[in-house]
Amino acid sequence: MLAAAGVWRRCINITIRSLNGAKVVTRGFVSSENAEESGKADSDVYDIIISGGGMVGTAMACSVGFDPNLQGSKILLLEAGSKKEMDKAPDVYSTRVSSISPGSATLLSGLGAWDHIVNLRCKPYQKMQVWDACSDALITFDKENLQDEMAYVVENDVIVAALTKQLHALSDQVEVQYRTKVVKYTWPRPYHAVTSIPWVKVTLADGRTLKTKLLIGADGSNSMVRREAGIPTVKWNYDQSAVVAVLHLSEPTENNVAWQRFLPTGPIAMLPLSDRESSLVWSTSHQHAEELLQMDEESFVDAINSAFWSNENQSELVEAAGSLFRAALSFLMPDGTSTRQLPPSVAGVGPKSRVMFPLGMGHASEYIRHRVALIGDAAHRVHPLAGQGANLGFGDVSCLARVLSQAAFNGKDLGRCTMMNSQAGKILLSSLLLL
Amino acid sequence: MYCNTFGRFACRVFRESRFQCPMNKGQGTMSKRLATWTSCKHYKQFLERHLSNLKFMGVATRLVQHVRTVSHSTLDPAEVRKFQAMANKWWDLQGDFAALHSLNDLRVPFIRDNLLNVHSVHPISKPLAGLRILDVGCGGGLLTEPLGRLGAVVLGIDPVEDNVRIAELHASHDPVLQDHVQYRACTLEELADEEEEHFDAVLASEVLEHLADLDTFIHCCHCVLKPGGSLFITTINRTQLSYVSSIVLAEWLLRIVPGGTHDWDKFITPVELERLLESSGFCVESLRGMFYNPACGAWSWQKSTAVNYALHALKQRAEPQQDHIQPESDGLDASAHTDGPHQYNIRTAGRDTHTHTT
Repeated sequence: MLAAAGVWRRCINITIRSLNGAKVVTRGFVSSENAEESGKADSDVYDIIISGGGMVGTAMACSVGFDPNLQGSKILLLEAGSKKEMDKAPDVYSTRVSSISPGSATLLSGLGAWDHIVNLRCKPYQKMQVWDACSDALITFDKENLQDEMAYVVENDVIVAALTKQLHALSDQVEVQYRTKVVKYTWPRPYHAVTSIPWVKVTLADGRTLKTKLLIGADGSNSMVRREAGIPTVKWNYDQSAVVAVLHLSEPTENNVAWQRFLPTGPIAMLPLSDRESSLVWSTSHQHAEELLQMDEESFVDAINSAFWSNENQSELVEAAGSLFRAALSFLMPDGTSTRQLPPSVAGVGPKSRVMFPLGMGHASEYIRHRVALIGDAAHRVHPLAGQGANLGFGDVSCLARVLSQAAFNGKDLGRCTMMNSQAGKILLSSLLLL
Repeated sequence: MYCNTFGRFACRVFRESRFQCPMNKGQGTMSKRLATWTSCKHYKQFLERHLSNLKFMGVATRLVQHVRTVSHSTLDPAEVRKFQAMANKWWDLQGDFAALHSLNDLRVPFIRDNLLNVHSVHPISKPLAGLRILDVGCGGGLLTEPLGRLGAVVLGIDPVEDNVRIAELHASHDPVLQDHVQYRACTLEELADEEEEHFDAVLASEVLEHLADLDTFIHCCHCVLKPGGSLFITTINRTQLSYVSSIVLAEWLLRIVPGGTHDWDKFITPVELERLLESSGFCVESLRGMFYNPACGAWSWQKSTAVNYALHALKQRAEPQQDHIQPESDGLDASAHTDGPHQYNIRTAGRDTHTHTT
């Protein structure tokens, strides 16, 4: 069947080629400005330009910088913001945190950034409890005997600072330009006349124009790279906003459990930051989110405790069905149930730590095109309820770095579309499954 | 019976067609032209094309003789004209040369790994640094550029000037290639006089099947290589299966390559090639079959050399190598080559993702 599909594709190609035969010569020529520049090799052609210096962009820069097969390549990281450096962790926790999976930790460890993160600030946790507000449904994720860490809660700023420190070690290999804004991208055509410039042109706000063989877009969910490349994106708003805050617990506790409860309005989650502090991520309707932000601290704390502890939403019917199901399950799998724990109670909120932002889903239809690749939120934007957005991004970094390394070892032109398509399929599939 | 029918048909075809042997234009009467023409190799090629168009496949294989003659030039003018017409299409990834672009996935690692086996370890990012390579029949530079990126200094030669111009233009945009890649419009014979024992490796990829004189070609390869240098060849076997796949399927039905690109009669079997190489002072190191999957447009290695195959040979050094002369354990019988290639071990710096032992 595959062979037939391939034959069919060939027939289509033949037909298209024969129909376009007359247009081939004219189609190949790009505008006249390029024709003037033909025939002279620019020394400032970069091999890779990464647009966006967040967690994922900086991790990508480190990955290609450390790769032995890419030694000698010209790599540039462009970031619109300023450099994030951190010698020691600030006293106040940052609101934006990520739950880093062991896979992402392995990647960061390979880049040498994990040691910096551990030295700065990071909280491992061994268990996650997810339960429902309307019934007794509950699921826990943990490893046996709570020996190994399940994941780590790290502030986003800490991750970026650790990766930036590693980039210092690569200053010969990777060039970084901070406070640099891109205003325009110009793409070459996949099939071009040999006289035209085959590279991507990046025009900066200060008027400079750079050229690159491969442009990696790591510029977030509102990616300019994706927009200007014309890559169609499926996106919609969830009609929900997330309220994030830093919570002070009533009493110190081991705090090695992540809590998530599904309320009728949306999930509320508490991620451990330390013995006394946790991070809140409460996804709810826009209206409720605004109310939460307007409340005074005491009412806000009450709302959080009530959301985690209250049983007023329990439905009798659902409860009856649930207990029947559990009885049947315990008959089949006597050891299948786990004990329910209650989350720690909250006493206070960090000063000025309450923030809200709208939630949406976004998914680019293609992650890889001729001379451009999208990674991180530029490629796929997900709901924070599973805490996997950053991990997906690090997965993209790991996969793309491997592809580029292999391509360089085979002497290939980085940025050639055909080279990367098979790998793009793998990344696409894993993020689609998560959506 | 078939011969008579064919002969009458061929004469009629000749009279009616406008084909003229380029060697015999305007010489004497019709009968004289016919007499000289029938012995000309172009006649044989012309007949084969017409015969195959009329599906007399069985007759064609019996009647057509080996068209290669011993001449002083490896160049075949018909082949030159053919490639001149396609010069602008080299770098269209979905165009006529798409299969050659994807062939790089096999031939670049093959060349790289075999050269790393022979020579000492080089810097990881430029594994072929310090090596001089000659790419004969480089076309638009499809194979020349990747090897240049791997650090080798590569000279690409091609008799078609348009090809060399396209290759130079394409490489001119990339500053990395400026120091590593060079092109010249000439034949191998012309180069052999100047560059004796100059190259660490010579590549003749998808070239042998387009040549007029193989003996001279192999001899020239031998001249330009340093002792112990490597010769890499990828070409097509001359079997019934290769006729079906390379001519019928690839050219007529699926149009993977333009019609008339290949002449089945010029394909060479691995046995013949090995015999030629060994008699010219080479020692064949490895031989592997390749398979092209038209459904996904990708190549893969395979045991059978029935259609496409790749070969690596070393130019023997001046001192006699006693361990190679073993008549009792001769590995050159035909069955061995159609069933399976030689052992092919890759010893690299340990980072290669594939290990092929066949």
